[in-house]
Amino acid sequence: MSFSDPTSERHPTDFAPGIEDVAEGDLARGIKSYLVGLGLATLLTVTSFFISGTTLVWGPSIPVALAVLAIAQMGVHLVFFLHIGTGPENVNNVMALAFGVLIVLLLLVGSLWIMSNMNRNMAPAAEMEAEAAPPPYVVGTLRLDGLGARLPAE
Amino acid sequence: MWGKLSWAAIPLDQPIPLVASGVVIAVVVSVLALVVLKGWFPYLWREWITSVDHKRIGIMYIVLAMVMLLRGFSDAIMMRSQQALAFQSEGYLPPEHYDQIFSAHGTLMIFFVAMPFVIGLMNFVVPLQLGVRDVAFPTLNSVGFWLTATGALLVNISLLVGEFARTGWLPFPPLSELTYSPGVGVDYYLWALEISGIGTLVAAINLVTTVLKLHAPGMTYMRMPMFCWTTLASNLLIVAAFPILTATLTMLVLDRYLGFHFFTNEAGGNMMMFVNLIWAWGHPEVYILVLPAFGVFSEVVSTFSGKPLFGYRSMVAATMVICILSFTVWLHHFFTMGAGADVNAIFGILSMIIAVPTGVKVFNWLFTMYGGRIVYATPMLWSIGFMVTFVIGGMTGVLLAVPPVDFVLHNSLFLVAHFHNVIIGGVLFGAFAGYTYWFPKAFGFRLHEGLGKASFWCWITGFYVAFMPLYVLGLMGMTRRMQHYDVAAWHPWLVIAAGGAAIILLGIGLQIAQLVVSIRRRHELRDETGDPWNGRSLEWATSSPPPVFNFAVLPRIEGEEAYWGMKERASKDVILGPEPSYRDIEMPRNSATGFVCAFFATIMGFSLIWHIWWLVGVAIVGAYATFVVFAWRDRDEYVILAESVARIDRANRRARRVMLGERELVS
Amino acid sequence: MTAFDAASGQADPYRLGHVPVGSRPHHTLGHADRGLASKRVTTAYGFWIFLLSDMVMFSAFFATYAVLVGNTADGPSGRDLFDLSSVALETAFLLTSSFAVGLASIGARARSGTWFYGAMVATFVLGAAFLALELREFASMIARDAGPTRSAFLSAFFTLVGCHGLHITVGLLWLLTMMAQVFAKGYRADILRRMLCFSLFWHALDIVWVAIFTEVYLMGLVL
Repeated sequence: MSFSDPTSERHPTDFAPGIEDVAEGDLARGIKSYLVGLGLATLLTVTSFFISGTTLVWGPSIPVALAVLAIAQMGVHLVFFLHIGTGPENVNNVMALAFGVLIVLLLLVGSLWIMSNMNRNMAPAAEMEAEAAPPPYVVGTLRLDGLGARLPAE
Repeated sequence: MWGKLSWAAIPLDQPIPLVASGVVIAVVVSVLALVVLKGWFPYLWREWITSVDHKRIGIMYIVLAMVMLLRGFSDAIMMRSQQALAFQSEGYLPPEHYDQIFSAHGTLMIFFVAMPFVIGLMNFVVPLQLGVRDVAFPTLNSVGFWLTATGALLVNISLLVGEFARTGWLPFPPLSELTYSPGVGVDYYLWALEISGIGTLVAAINLVTTVLKLHAPGMTYMRMPMFCWTTLASNLLIVAAFPILTATLTMLVLDRYLGFHFFTNEAGGNMMMFVNLIWAWGHPEVYILVLPAFGVFSEVVSTFSGKPLFGYRSMVAATMVICILSFTVWLHHFFTMGAGADVNAIFGILSMIIAVPTGVKVFNWLFTMYGGRIVYATPMLWSIGFMVTFVIGGMTGVLLAVPPVDFVLHNSLFLVAHFHNVIIGGVLFGAFAGYTYWFPKAFGFRLHEGLGKASFWCWITGFYVAFMPLYVLGLMGMTRRMQHYDVAAWHPWLVIAAGGAAIILLGIGLQIAQLVVSIRRRHELRDETGDPWNGRSLEWATSSPPPVFNFAVLPRIEGEEAYWGMKERASKDVILGPEPSYRDIEMPRNSATGFVCAFFATIMGFSLIWHIWWLVGVAIVGAYATFVVFAWRDRDEYVILAESVARIDRANRRARRVMLGERELVS
Repeated sequence: MTAFDAASGQADPYRLGHVPVGSRPHHTLGHADRGLASKRVTTAYGFWIFLLSDMVMFSAFFATYAVLVGNTADGPSGRDLFDLSSVALETAFLLTSSFAVGLASIGARARSGTWFYGAMVATFVLGAAFLALELREFASMIARDAGPTRSAFLSAFFTLVGCHGLHITVGLLWLLTMMAQVFAKGYRADILRRMLCFSLFWHALDIVWVAIFTEVYLMGLVL
């Protein structure tokens, strides 16, 4: 029977996400980790909502602050809720996470960069002429404006 | 009641698909009849359909790939003959049918030939090479296979019921939007790929976890055979890339089914986002396919040169570098679609950089061969053919990575020649090398060498005759996907290319003959030892075919090339050690979950394509119920008693003794 | 496969070589030469890989949203539509439910029925409340002629937020199945493994929600 997995509780060499580094029965410590996580997450969330509506902070800094707060909160969730740590037994989990984050960043940044570049180059003729110096490498025959490459309202 | 489905869906006015599907149906029915009449069904159900054994699942993946190869290749023959005939004439394929053929050809060859072939090889080989008894999630493995089969089935149903997409192997909007493709063709494509994509993702999660978490004791990362490393890299890429495909196709589905405006011409939709996202999946996909092939070549070249793989560490590094870099080059698939010079230049440079680790690999294989005693067996021929062909394909790729060159050659037959050059010369040759190399391990007898070599020579000759003219045609300005043309200068080249396809057909015929002849002469081709090629990695340590538990006792690994080390020690000591103490082994029980799940997925896909909404609901409930039933079972493993293990393993030990020509140590 | 096999791995299982017992250096299962991981670690790791793939899928939707956010086709933009108080409430519900599922997994490991069932019910109620608020928001937007077919921006909005909502729905279904399983089968090792996966799933959805309320709602109102 597989259910009597002899090594299921603790394994000397290896951990996976969500497996806390607390001994069986040490419930207080387990709950404490979640409570700390909840407190920090609440703090960060409230700050986020607060600064998005405030005029106390310099306006242009708000989006950056929001991004920083969001990333911080994701970190809090990962550490206190998903129990991703820095110990040697966690190397595999962190490596996988790093790979995932890298791909997400490449996809997000790459897509935004490529699409904004295309939108700028493929703007409909009128807007193109309105721009100060249209890029010389975009020749009329290559425009796709007839196919519907739209410029977002800027 | 039946949505858009009616008798009009069957193309009674088109003789070619009708006859083709008639033949397919006749074959399927006669196979089923044979199975039922001979009473094979219980055996098939017990030993294959519900099997969660990674070896069986791997073999089924490869069988699926080979059957689909026949279908995809018949599309290829039709395209080549059409283009050979269609000079200043209509040829024999009407445009709407020709468009379906090239779309189906690309879809089938990538998703249902190349993918299942490499996943099948990885499934079969990796647990054996790691020295373990199964993959991490055996039942999920079966689910993954059957969902892939569902996708293949849906694509083939489109032959008879309705139509297939006419949009090419990647359905670019706005052509694939409802306005311009109102039929069910694109829907067949979308649902086939959504379903099989989930299957592929499941298979990849399983293999990543297997490589990272299941090892025989002592099998550290740097002792893993190269094929395990490329499996890891390839499956990490699947995990990271296939969700993008799923998301992108979902957006197109929403556009087509619910009137969303992601990629439409109206209401602010932006079809370039589809192109961007689909290639963010599409470029890693190239490496998903070719990395396992690189792994196969690494194993084959080292085995048949009788030397350890040259530069193992640089090979590992190159593999992992490709794994990351393959996510940074996707724009080179649409250089001409409007990005500025700065963006194009950066992606062009990155695309050239990714050729470097691949070059490292080629040199490593060459240095592995250097000074070795090379045995020119069939797998080695495929490998050498690969090296020559792939280098040519890689160099034309570097050419295309130069944006100004791409502006001249994009969408031309030069491009078609390039990617066939790397996919046939890389992936398919790798798959065939792996097929020949591991066939004796899977079935206990070798494939016929003479016919294998003949087939190899037909394939490689046919490949060059079929695709080198396409490079020329591309430089002459011929674009891809032309149903007919009026340029006289192109005609002779297209006739030559059709001749090449005929030579490849001969090669495929010889492969079928090879299989038939090998099965008939299996007794003289029997692999008694379990180690027919004088192998170096652990899969050769067990018998051929391996017992269901792979290893009676898990090996302890004490260095690279685990099995080679054992053999060296054995021949030095000229004696066979005492029998190990055998213990009961627990193995996962069979499960019909995968098959039943795929049954419901097929119904769901089909009814979504034809807008039969109530049936969609039934299928979803059925699939959920299947999982609950699976989750509710109380026993998921069975025990093989130590006596049976001992009996099976003693036979293997006897064979080893004969191989080593030694007597057993009386313990 | 049992851990015993892993511990009893043999350098030469077929005894091809003559290896006198005790002549080889004794190996312990250190970090460097790990054998088989336990089922619990394997399952959780596999699920972790799945979650990463799910994050990549979400990132494709996020990228699409970010690209299309300005394409309102002269229709309403986020500033006209979003109701921050409702979003704040949704956030509170989901964050608390993430905490509750943590308590449920602790309860399951302690085999305490009160903790487990109580926390699971709390998770379900909070999750369902989140979903109800989201559906109310969707309904009110559709009623104001701001449905997903109105513009590319709204298509992307409904798909991104709706995909998260669909995950929550699947999670709720899973939660009920999980409770039924514990009720019927008890705290068996395989069921505890599933519980571990479920809590990972639920926590991950909360992380996605952090990204959504920041990028979609707060940034939508700020930018």
